[in-house]
Amino acid sequence: MNWEIVMGLEVHLQLATQSKIFSGSATQFGAEPNCQADPVDLGMPGMLPVLNEEAVRHAVTFGLGIGAKIGERSVFDRKNYFYPDLPKGYQVSQFFAPIVCEGVFDVAMPDGSLLPIRITRAHLEEDAGKSVHDIFPRETGIDLNRAGTPLLEIVTEPDFRTAEQAVAYLKALHSLVTYLGISDGNMAEGSMRCDINISLRERGTDALGTRTEIKNVNSFRFVERAIHVECERQADILDSGGRIIQETRLYDAEQNVTRSMRSKEVANDYRYFPEPDLLPIEIDADYIEAVRATLPELPGAKRNRFVSDYGLSEYDATLLVPNHAMASFFEAVVDHCHAAKPAANWILGDLSGALNRADIAIEHSPLSAQQLAGLISRIEDGTLSSKLAKQVFDAMWEGLGDADEIIESRGLKQVSDAGALETMVAEVIAANPDQVAQYVAADEAKRKKLSGFFVGQIMKASQGQANPQLLNQLLLEKLDAQS
Amino acid sequence: MSVTPEDIEKVALLARLSISESALPEVTERFSKVLDLVDELNTINTDGVVPMSNPHDMTQRLRADTVTSHNTREALMASAPAQDSGYFLVPKVID
Repeated sequence: MNWEIVMGLEVHLQLATQSKIFSGSATQFGAEPNCQADPVDLGMPGMLPVLNEEAVRHAVTFGLGIGAKIGERSVFDRKNYFYPDLPKGYQVSQFFAPIVCEGVFDVAMPDGSLLPIRITRAHLEEDAGKSVHDIFPRETGIDLNRAGTPLLEIVTEPDFRTAEQAVAYLKALHSLVTYLGISDGNMAEGSMRCDINISLRERGTDALGTRTEIKNVNSFRFVERAIHVECERQADILDSGGRIIQETRLYDAEQNVTRSMRSKEVANDYRYFPEPDLLPIEIDADYIEAVRATLPELPGAKRNRFVSDYGLSEYDATLLVPNHAMASFFEAVVDHCHAAKPAANWILGDLSGALNRADIAIEHSPLSAQQLAGLISRIEDGTLSSKLAKQVFDAMWEGLGDADEIIESRGLKQVSDAGALETMVAEVIAANPDQVAQYVAADEAKRKKLSGFFVGQIMKASQGQANPQLLNQLLLEKLDAQS
Repeated sequence: MSVTPEDIEKVALLARLSISESALPEVTERFSKVLDLVDELNTINTDGVVPMSNPHDMTQRLRADTVTSHNTREALMASAPAQDSGYFLVPKVID
């Protein structure tokens, strides 16, 4: 059977705050277990939540960032379930009246097209703690440092048809939230986790099939693989006449399979009701306008500007923009050297390569934007050939100074003096009469190939410092004059 | 009667309450009475009444995003029945 995949995504985004959503505990990652959990986070009797204003501001910022409607009056609800890392026996979330209502997020696909994804809602909630199963042989350890960390859960309509679309959405979302500064987007530390609702239907039909939910996938690569294996599993069942059971599943990256989470099956009835310990949040138009005034230039607008103002290709702009730090680095380089295309090439090529090999983020690059601009300026003014420039780049990467210092100390200046080059050309022609004779006898096509010999000889003689364009021009003039 | 003993067993399981076989009929009856009362309230015309999520006619005051709680792990763990290496311990949970 020819199956069509239908998917919706729920992303749990950890908001960048100093303290928790309802308590004054720190949210820093990596603390010793239970050192950042106070009586509110532990659900001690009589403790009352007080809402963090920064979490509200981040949620509104997100809503405005995707052009969504902001809930004028939003309400917290209790989502009731029992699990040891949820001390109160309920999670404070928003069910009936979320802070961010419907919107549309345009996702830039790798081919440059835009895929509009409908956002159903985004709501504030608290994270649960962490259960540790592999330290203690007979017990489960509970670390409540994460309990009460502010999350924004972003829910889409079932608008995805391929794994590629889902991954493109997640990457675009990651880019957006880091631009907005509402999350650090650190996936390895769990700042962005994804639940995938997935079902199959016969291509050409409209009704939705029974779905499964794959919980807590935390990397782009795993999202793609989890979707592929789950689709295969569902297609196998349906093709052999079976039925899909609606259930929660976990992706096991080591075995590359999804597994049923049996324990969550019975509990899928959360009996939501309004949280009596918190009052409704009211957001007025003045507040919304004040937040709107703080919105930075967003990735889509920046991509368009890079193309129109700097003359970059869509392709280069699409590679530079998603990483906010890289886009800023690019603009800083262009500010100094006014050569956008070379700046993009160096950043996406040699610099990215060196950073990846050393596993360094561009914001911590040992080579500053100003230094890279200095190098590009020396290529643009003809001082350096591209070959010499790579040597200078390597030396700058090693921390040996700015481009000009390295050019000076190593004597790397490209020879662009026509007189000096002419002398070299004349010497090489005089020293190789046989090759000159061959060249003269050859036809147009062969001549091109034969001239390479002379270029090689002159480059050797100049220790690679001859300006290649000028050399070629002078050489051909001289050789053609021999015939 | 608006609910069945099976409904009660399901709700009890969700709330982690243990209701004995012998108590089930009585709990079912009392539970039904509460719901019957709610049904009666539901007959009142509430067109144009904004749903109330909290009896106080106020909105939420917000807190500045500053860390005000500091590590009191030792004191907070003192009342835990089991702990080790800074973790609260619970019976093994397997997913």
